[in-house]
Amino acid sequence: MKLDTSGLESVAPVWGAPGELVDGFAAAPSFELPNPADFDGFQKEAIQMVKPAKGTTTLAFIFKEGVMVAADSRASMGGYISSQSVKKIIEINPYMLGTMAGGAADCQFWHRNLGIKCRLHELANKRRISVTGASKLLANILYSYRGMGLSIGTMIAGWDETGPGLYYVDSEGGRLKGMRFSVGSGSPYAYGVLDNGYRYDMSIEEAAELARRAIYHATFRDGASGGVASVYYVGPNGWKKLSGDDVGELYYKYYPVIPSTVEQEMVEVEWEVEVEQEMVEGAGA
Amino acid sequence: MARYDRAITVFSPDGHLFQVEYALEAVRKGNAAVGVRGTDIVVLGVEKKSTAKLQDSRSVRKIVNLDDHIALACAGLKADARVLINRARIECQSHRLTVEDPVTVEYITRYIAGLQQKYTQSGGVRPFGLSTLIVGFDPYSGVPSLYQTDPSGTFSAWKANATGRNSNSIREFLEKNYKETSGRETIKLAIRALLEVVESGGKNIEVAVMTKENGLRQLDEAEIDAIAAEIEAEKEAAEAAKKAPPKET
Repeated sequence: MKLDTSGLESVAPVWGAPGELVDGFAAAPSFELPNPADFDGFQKEAIQMVKPAKGTTTLAFIFKEGVMVAADSRASMGGYISSQSVKKIIEINPYMLGTMAGGAADCQFWHRNLGIKCRLHELANKRRISVTGASKLLANILYSYRGMGLSIGTMIAGWDETGPGLYYVDSEGGRLKGMRFSVGSGSPYAYGVLDNGYRYDMSIEEAAELARRAIYHATFRDGASGGVASVYYVGPNGWKKLSGDDVGELYYKYYPVIPSTVEQEMVEVEWEVEVEQEMVEGAGA
Repeated sequence: MARYDRAITVFSPDGHLFQVEYALEAVRKGNAAVGVRGTDIVVLGVEKKSTAKLQDSRSVRKIVNLDDHIALACAGLKADARVLINRARIECQSHRLTVEDPVTVEYITRYIAGLQQKYTQSGGVRPFGLSTLIVGFDPYSGVPSLYQTDPSGTFSAWKANATGRNSNSIREFLEKNYKETSGRETIKLAIRALLEVVESGGKNIEVAVMTKENGLRQLDEAEIDAIAAEIEAEKEAAEAAKKAPPKET
């Protein structure tokens, strides 16, 4: 499959008929496909086969001080936990973060590719790329690979000239701007806690605690999420990792073991031998 | 069948690209164009060769919009200009689509210059025979800019520049008379420069101004005539002041 190296070209390709009006867009990569009777059905089947369930919990939200990004760290292959220490928050550049949900390789590769594109943009235009621009670049790439089995559900969080920015981008080619997102199999649980506790004017500590709790609760109920809850903060000076707590330890922090008082104590007693003698006396009368 | 992949623009033994230099000749034969950058306004002026009586002058616009905040004037082969302008307009929209932001003047200039350069290093094509003057405002900082590109594909930013016929004399005039101006003063400077080489009158020059708020505005003949008259009056007053002997007792 031809890799998308359009980020490395300096000008839009001009080969072919000069003056052709539609050569601003790189051609989508392609490869030979089989020719069954029911192609649509075959395509759906193929997509279902390669579609890994996005077993993870990631979340991000914008608040007064910036953007808070958090994720778990479990990787699962079906019922097997393959790793408890996966880095699901990817550092695209010092002021932008991406989260990983779906195929780990897909997310890692395309986030690094996005990092390259962002850097090239900076060098060519002498200014940082906006979060809007970066998320759009990624969304356009993913759209061109639509239907080819990429599995990516990512959030691009960053701080640019216009302030904090948060976008959700997925491998279907969708791209949404928003204030709160959670992605992955544990997202319903995370949303419950996040939506309940969210206020725009939280302090950084409050927001971090909300993010941590939301991830913790998701890992508690969702089998495909677990490991370490990482929390990152993106502010005007870039991102900073705030904490990485093992969710098992978080459980005991939130629900500490309280030694309780006992009302009745059970004591061991000695049985006496009087019973035998009573029976003998009764028999003699 | 002849194969169209051999380059036309090749080096001469002493390091010249003759096709590019010939293209510059074509530019030198094109009509004069001048651009001036003010603090809050940018002005483009182009010499209008007398239009034929039956020609609809409105269809021969020499100063065009590339986007809401960027305009272009050129000297040289007008047909080449049309192609280049179309590609630039598409690129402006494509940039808006891919990064959700308007282009900066520098970006689109770099794109146009890159395109011109590509045609000096490809098989079976000749260079574009035009130099462009590109003006606009940076969408983020609001700073006005003026850039020039030429057939070789080089570009640079200018405070004021001219291209096309007699561009050397216009540039000399600008170097002598340029100062930081704004608003109407900038328009007057541009028209004065153009009138150095063009017959006076609103009929012979086309002027357009761009401001950050109002975008590109073509000046109509009456306005140009009015400013030209003002310039004439100022020139005469300056002459009279010079000629009048200093009053001494």
